[in-house]
Amino acid sequence: MTAWDQVLELLGSPLMQRALLAAVLVGAAAPVVGTFLVQRRMALLGDGIGHVALTGVALGWLVGSWAGLVPQDTLALPGAVVAAVVGSIVIELVRERGRTSGDLALALMFYGGIAGGVLLIKLAGGTNANLISYLFGSISTVSTADLWWTAALAVLVLGVGVGLRTALFAVSHDEEFARASGLPVRLLSMLVATIAALTVTIAMRVVGLLLVSALMIVPVAIAQLFARSFNRTMTLASVIGVVVSVAGLVLTYWQDIPPGATIVVLAIGVYAVAATLQPVLRRPPPPQDPHPDMVDDVLLVDDVDDADGATVRRPSPTT
Amino acid sequence: MSTPVIEATGLGVTLGGQPILDGIDLVVPAGEVLALLGANGSGKSTLVRSLLGVVTRTAGDVRLFGAPLGPSAPWDRIGYVPQRLPAAAGVPATAYEVVTSGLLHGRTLRPHRGHKRRALDALADVGLADRAFHRVQELSGGQQQRVLIARALVRDPDLLVLDEPTSGIDIPTQATFVDTVSRLHDAGTTVVVILHELGPFSSLIDRAVVLRHGRVAHDGPPPRARGEHAGEWHDHTHAHPDPEPPRTGPSLSVEVNP
Repeated sequence: MTAWDQVLELLGSPLMQRALLAAVLVGAAAPVVGTFLVQRRMALLGDGIGHVALTGVALGWLVGSWAGLVPQDTLALPGAVVAAVVGSIVIELVRERGRTSGDLALALMFYGGIAGGVLLIKLAGGTNANLISYLFGSISTVSTADLWWTAALAVLVLGVGVGLRTALFAVSHDEEFARASGLPVRLLSMLVATIAALTVTIAMRVVGLLLVSALMIVPVAIAQLFARSFNRTMTLASVIGVVVSVAGLVLTYWQDIPPGATIVVLAIGVYAVAATLQPVLRRPPPPQDPHPDMVDDVLLVDDVDDADGATVRRPSPTT
Repeated sequence: MSTPVIEATGLGVTLGGQPILDGIDLVVPAGEVLALLGANGSGKSTLVRSLLGVVTRTAGDVRLFGAPLGPSAPWDRIGYVPQRLPAAAGVPATAYEVVTSGLLHGRTLRPHRGHKRRALDALADVGLADRAFHRVQELSGGQQQRVLIARALVRDPDLLVLDEPTSGIDIPTQATFVDTVSRLHDAGTTVVVILHELGPFSSLIDRAVVLRHGRVAHDGPPPRARGEHAGEWHDHTHAHPDPEPPRTGPSLSVEVNP
């Protein structure tokens, strides 16, 4: 069988088609949100939300089993969406009150989220094994309904993130100036937190709640090594996100390895290579005066020839 | 008389249980260049920040161009130049992007058509046309200051607020500030500037408000430097006591020969 046949076979499988589409959507959307989070120095926000979303999954499960729904996890995704959005808004409110307690609030959510999830899933009659697929992802179990959810939320996240990027940049870059410009700073901050929460829930099926943040942050870390501008960083990160997601997923088609972990390890591998190569790839600085536009307001002793008593400036060697 | 640009009555600000400003009344008519003076911690920055809604006030009322602070205030007529850029985050941003963010205000959340031209023109006005697409974090301190001026001027403000524009910056950038203020003043723009000393601005200032312990201590013509203070080489003394010299061991004096 030629490589081409293998690709055709891969694309022919409906399961793989759904998984690939989910990977592309999540891979494109997650780094867009991640760029704002890194800018706001909240790279770990995605992680905090991911932990809280686990409680949401278990809560959805609990409600589902009470209502006698089949399968029991029908409400897991909506539960995760609600918990993640509420959690992200709480974190944002705490951050707004005082920056110092922001990481403490995150810590509380990390532990509370996981503990709450494990406790509730037991009450719902499930086992911790049920949570594993949410914690580490199970892209192969993506159903058509899941795909619609993922697509709708990804379009929303991309629409807000790209459409309002100047405003979200303004608020993330210099909050004080944004306030002095009368921008709705609180609303925009909440918006960033909310689209982060939505991203976490759509990426849950692809890479899992514990690894969601990696897909949001690592592509940004790679992109900022090379990009000069905010927009370029965002675009490049999004492209890297799609490439590593698809590549990681395709690898799992031939090798029996977990897709979520493969995607993340691949992304970190790319980062390691990029960070090592970056000094080599960067153009060496030009050898001349680094500030040709500045006036020479400092006189060096070596430049001055005062043998005859008068202070005469020696001609500069570059002119 | 036309509507004053800034009208604050009984303004009070408390931060962390500590009263910072108390009972400030301030009216700034259109076209005036007002200097805010005072020692460190006298509340100059807090006053400016509360006038612009950055810091929430605990008492009193603020009107900008006759409109109360809030969504309905004419934010497009106000330009603010903070003391410095916020500490660099991980994501790079170009000078052009920072200036473009100055085109957003109030409920304008997306830049209008032609924003690129306006942002580049504003950068050219402060002499940074060739640095527009450089990372702003990699520019020198003086160049970053000029990016901040461009960001405030890109929306053609009728009120320009500057927070200590001359502290810790090089002479060419100071000159940019003074030129900008005098050009805007001639065009009828109102300017509020926080200063440590009048310095290069002294000829432009119409009026000075001196704050002391969060209250207005002087409001009127700018104070003129007296006697030996007016000289170029005056000894600068501070209101607070000089720091105690370190107590470790005998003193050591070093003489450096050319």
